[in-house]
Amino acid sequence: MTNAGSPVANGPAADPSTGGAAAAPFADRRYTPLERLQHVLHARPYLSPLVVLVLSYLVFTLLNDRFILPGNQATMIKSVVVVAILALGQSLIILTAGIDLSVGFIALLSMMVMAKVYVDQGWSPWVAITVGLLVGLACGALNGALVTVLNLPPFIATLGSFGIIQATMLLYTKGKSVLGTDLSQPHLIAGNIPVRLGAERGPDSFPIYLGIVIMLVLYAVIGFALSQTAWGRHVYAVGDDAEAARLSGIRIKRVLFSVYVVAGGLFAVGGWMAMGLNSVASPNLLSADTNLASITAVVIGGTSLFGGRGRLVGTLLGALIYATFDRGLSLAGADQQWRVFAVGVLVLVAVSVDQWIRKVKA
Amino acid sequence: MNASPSTSVEDAEGADTRTPVLSGRGLTKSFGRVIGLSNVDIDLYPGEVLAVIGDNGAGKSTLVKALTGALTPDTGDVLLDGKKVEFKRPQDARDAGIETVYQTLAVSPALDVASNLYLAREERRPGVAGSIFRMLDKKGMKERAGQAVQDLGIQTIQNMGVAVESLSGGQRQAVAVARAGAFGSKVAVLDEPTAALGVKETGMVLRMIEQLRDRGIGVILISHNMPNVWEVADRIHIARLGGCAGVITPESHTMTDGVAIMTGATTLH
Repeated sequence: MTNAGSPVANGPAADPSTGGAAAAPFADRRYTPLERLQHVLHARPYLSPLVVLVLSYLVFTLLNDRFILPGNQATMIKSVVVVAILALGQSLIILTAGIDLSVGFIALLSMMVMAKVYVDQGWSPWVAITVGLLVGLACGALNGALVTVLNLPPFIATLGSFGIIQATMLLYTKGKSVLGTDLSQPHLIAGNIPVRLGAERGPDSFPIYLGIVIMLVLYAVIGFALSQTAWGRHVYAVGDDAEAARLSGIRIKRVLFSVYVVAGGLFAVGGWMAMGLNSVASPNLLSADTNLASITAVVIGGTSLFGGRGRLVGTLLGALIYATFDRGLSLAGADQQWRVFAVGVLVLVAVSVDQWIRKVKA
Repeated sequence: MNASPSTSVEDAEGADTRTPVLSGRGLTKSFGRVIGLSNVDIDLYPGEVLAVIGDNGAGKSTLVKALTGALTPDTGDVLLDGKKVEFKRPQDARDAGIETVYQTLAVSPALDVASNLYLAREERRPGVAGSIFRMLDKKGMKERAGQAVQDLGIQTIQNMGVAVESLSGGQRQAVAVARAGAFGSKVAVLDEPTAALGVKETGMVLRMIEQLRDRGIGVILISHNMPNVWEVADRIHIARLGGCAGVITPESHTMTDGVAIMTGATTLH
């Protein structure tokens, strides 16, 4: 069968030469290779970040063979935990066609509350962690209320709460850190508890930190909720077309509010992990850059900023790409600015690819 | 494609002895000084297609909104199966079995056909998986969605797992209509369902409307397309200046008569 060069017009039985009448309307179209690619990426938007990740592993290993060593990989994956957890919450919000600019400061405030409640108040570490998580949920509820009750655009709502939460955190901590020596309690620094594989020390040791396990469990739980429950469907539907979702009978405000609250809780867990992985609770640990990193990971991961499209596995890959470039370029001896440069290029490419695949036609 | 496009006079006349599935009595609604509806009566019987025609601003959509809970009439009653009901929002009407297909196509483009059919009324798996883990019965919903689509005689949508955005306009409309008829609904309200469709796709949607009617569902069809209305409607409610200029049938009046009544060129006695 010759390729006509242009797709055959829409509608059943447009091409009488094809057999298989049962699946006629979908089988009788022939696609150019580019259209095929568009269809594949449309169905599986996480494939492009996967290709980027595999390629970057190849290139960075060629540039410096230490890159692939277990010890280096362990450090790299450990460095991705916080951004990956924040990006998980960010993914939920971006799936609803929203955005959260306050992620980093929700994580910081929750973290500082955990540390200070434990050190200053002398409460038990579990109580301290619970209070911190509640603070994260409350911040999420604030954002959710701004978006659903006041009907503010998420960008503006979270820009406002960004300032409010940052200032609250600095007023509360007076800008002071809680040092690691005061955080000796293992629950507080849970993220940093290693379970070693391989050698005790050196390049062949591959410690699986508890933070990595917690990160993977969170991805699995949220991924399950998104793909297997009605709530997950509704999150996608609200982001896809909020008006259609409302007319279908979905309580869109309830769904949106729940998304911001769950995300707030995830950001608090991110803060908890950051405290452990850095062995310090400091107001400077995360910054506005962290907000952008979380958004970058989601976007590189193939999730559409217009909502309703994307998979969490893409976000995880996006966060890994972020860390890979960071580590790989520094091992290759390149200036760190090239990492910033490369991530910038990736974001633009990812958004362009998303624009293209959303125009897919049957 | 479909074998039974019969629109008989007997159906329309025989229907009058039964209890209307949905009716409005003395519906009035004003928006400030503008009168949207003035004292309108309407009856919809099970298993009939009642077309609502009228010029722009004649009160077609206000009437339908008052019946489906999208707005509350100032005075007048809405009766479902002869019993007075009060719909505060569209979801109340839907819960009572009145499905509306909106002109804006309330489907989620990125979700697949089955997910769209079951949107906001997903079914969970039996047992622990459904009750504790709240897992969706994806396979079952897909099968039943396929059955629902097949029952309406839609042959062009084979795969329930395909995203709605990759379907043609007619196929999307078919999904929306199938959704309206899939959940044991009593009434389906279709707002300009063929407005954006080609000839062939319009035919498909009209066959679906007939399928809904043959299943005993009362169908309200709002349309500007007179040939479509005369093809499928059993009775035609003509809205004019917020009131009702009369109810005719495709047999009693020609299309030209209908348009004349609609525009006020002639009046019905």
